[in-house]
Amino acid sequence: MEKFSKDWRNDIYDVFKNIGISLVSHIPDAGHTPLIDLCEKDNNIDVVTLTTEEEGVGLSCGAWAGGKKSALLMQSSGVGNCINALALPNICRIPFLTIVSMRGEWGEFIPWQVPMGLGTPKVLEAMDVKIFRVDYKDEVGDTVNAAANFAFNTRKSAAVLLSQKMIGAKQFKNG
Amino acid sequence: MIIRRDFVNKLLEDRKDNLRVVSGIGTSTWDLMSTGDEKNNFGFIGAMGQALPFALGLSISQPDKKILLITGDGDTLMSLGSLATIANHPVSNLTVIVLDNESYVETGSQPTATAGKTNLELIAKGSGIENTYTIFERTDDYKVLKTIYEEDGPSLVVVKCKAESTPLIFPHSFDGVTAINRFKDTM
Repeated sequence: MEKFSKDWRNDIYDVFKNIGISLVSHIPDAGHTPLIDLCEKDNNIDVVTLTTEEEGVGLSCGAWAGGKKSALLMQSSGVGNCINALALPNICRIPFLTIVSMRGEWGEFIPWQVPMGLGTPKVLEAMDVKIFRVDYKDEVGDTVNAAANFAFNTRKSAAVLLSQKMIGAKQFKNG
Repeated sequence: MIIRRDFVNKLLEDRKDNLRVVSGIGTSTWDLMSTGDEKNNFGFIGAMGQALPFALGLSISQPDKKILLITGDGDTLMSLGSLATIANHPVSNLTVIVLDNESYVETGSQPTATAGKTNLELIAKGSGIENTYTIFERTDDYKVLKTIYEEDGPSLVVVKCKAESTPLIFPHSFDGVTAINRFKDTM
């Protein structure tokens, strides 16, 4: 019998509720879908669908200036779109939290996902974003909690990387 | 053609207490700072393209305040997708003023796309921001004030401006932490 009884996305949602996240922005990824659904059903969480992930950085920063805590959900390919935008939370010491579902690292079928998957931790570190990686489902809640506390207590940027091994590689069939 | 600095100063001459103003990178920030050292202002000096989503986040989190973003055509062209995001997550308290001088004045007045075939009013309308119009003359100042304080947003006003470089008026601090803390404390 497994140690965890529910979907790990519920654990992320529980952390969001505990720390008072009331704005969630995203470019959807299949790995995040159950979490996005939970947030959309919650009347106290505003969900914003973006056109590009970098918008989520500015959105989070503006929301924080106005007193709201938020999180950006994206897949690893979106991290590349955010690089210059990450200068904003960095220079203003605005807490910034993102939850990234990894692609291109474990059982990936689509080769186009590999370059940004490999580059994701490097570009985050280059922009002074602290990385919290999760490889096991029963560590998701604690890790997201640690990352959120790091971001909001120290006014720094934090990224949780959900490993593709844990999420499960998307399977494609031709025809 | 409108003289941007005069226009911005007139617009904020008798500003109300519930107004918070954000400016986009470059000349728009110098324009905003020329209206005085005001705690209710926050000016971008970098992170081009981020002022639009920042203003949306602020509008969502401060629904009882009027939020005004003053930015340029260059900054807006970098985040056209944000117009769609704003339109589809409508915030009634947000007005965006695009000071459109059809050029990147800060870097030597190279022409932007709006000097060519691109029309930001049509893009905003096509993105779904219904309350969108362009002004060419200062006779429309009152109309813009009404949009900011009285009309339901989101709204976007394209202000066709003369392309000229103006004196640089710096914010009270270039330090982002000092600037954002001061601004946040007014909420």
